[in-house]
Amino acid sequence: MFNRIGMLGHIGLNVLEKYGRAGMILYRAIFRIPNISKGFPLVLQQIYAEGVLSLLIIVVSALFIGMVVALQGYHTLSKFGAAQQLGPLVALSVARELGPVVTALLFAGRAGSALAAEIGLMKATEQLSSMEMMAVDPLQRVIAPRFWGGFISMPLLTLIFNMVAIYGAYLVGVKWLGMDAGAFWSNMQSAVDFRLDIVNGIYKSVVFGAVVTWIALYQGYDAVPTSAGIANATTRTVVYSSLAVLGLDFVLTAMMIGGW
Amino acid sequence: MLSQRIIETIVGFFLLAAILAFVALAFKVSGLTSFFKQEGYDITAAFDDIGQLKVRGSVKIGGVTVGEVTAIKIDATSYKAIVTMRINAAINDIPTDSSASILTAGLLGDNYIAITPMYGKEFLKNGDEIQETHSAMILEKLIGQFLFSVSHPGEKSPNLPEEGAKI
Repeated sequence: MFNRIGMLGHIGLNVLEKYGRAGMILYRAIFRIPNISKGFPLVLQQIYAEGVLSLLIIVVSALFIGMVVALQGYHTLSKFGAAQQLGPLVALSVARELGPVVTALLFAGRAGSALAAEIGLMKATEQLSSMEMMAVDPLQRVIAPRFWGGFISMPLLTLIFNMVAIYGAYLVGVKWLGMDAGAFWSNMQSAVDFRLDIVNGIYKSVVFGAVVTWIALYQGYDAVPTSAGIANATTRTVVYSSLAVLGLDFVLTAMMIGGW
Repeated sequence: MLSQRIIETIVGFFLLAAILAFVALAFKVSGLTSFFKQEGYDITAAFDDIGQLKVRGSVKIGGVTVGEVTAIKIDATSYKAIVTMRINAAINDIPTDSSASILTAGLLGDNYIAITPMYGKEFLKNGDEIQETHSAMILEKLIGQFLFSVSHPGEKSPNLPEEGAKI
């Protein structure tokens, strides 16, 4: 009996220790006076690796998601004789929900897993230790630019996702199903509020960007330095960040709708 | 690994694409046009009842949108709704004796203001007021009046507007 409770306590302490380590890594990596001239090129490289290289999957998924939402929405709305409201339906669901969430999930799969594998391999091949030998702080040289790269890329990717998805909906609704283009855009403009819908979506994506990158960096940095350990770290990155994104999405939405 | 110069250029394009997407989201999707005032002139009209008319609702002549509602407020003395409309600068020849009515797009659609041009020789300019107005048709009121007239044949409905006023 006491053994069982002791095991529970052990698990709890382990989990807390992991959170603490993850927090310490992030704290030591980013709460420093940045060296702009050295750090900026590194951050740019990471924006390229995490943002630009994710662009293809983001754009293609956005186009198809926008098109399928338009098709489904048109089909359902026309049952109520409200097909004119397709624009608001697509714009609101993309700007408020689908844009930030799907971008974050794809980002976790595309960039997060790559980050975890890269850092895990750096650790397994003792590149991180050799940096320490040369008096280069790996948290400053490796972790910090990757964090800022993901933090900056995610909102930008979300903006591009939103616009491409709405354009996809425009293609299906107006060009294919023959809706009136004026009604599509003007209904959208009167229903979508810049502050409440677009900007709140961007806030969400900023939070998701930080969380996904943080999880990926921690999993990579803390990976068991073997091939199986790196495989584990990569898997955990994708699973944990997807769960964190979906859970946080609910919390953030509740906060935004509650007028927090 | 690509050279730093190429990476900088590509990241620059990436940022540019994101900024373009942001601008498009702001102006095309959410209709954030209050930064740039549209070229045009303001006219006002006083209505007894504006129904569901909202700011940014459209102003039409013959079904073609020529402007939008920019402000709605109540006049403290006459208790009429004062609607301010901004008409596109290109439409500068609306006669002063034109009438404005609030109509509904379809049975359940949004309300909009329809301006019916008349034949006056003088044209509306900035700050003018349209004198002749027709209030919104409120479905609930019409049903109420209809029910009253069915149950009290021959009597005058209490809600009915006075003689001469237009519904």
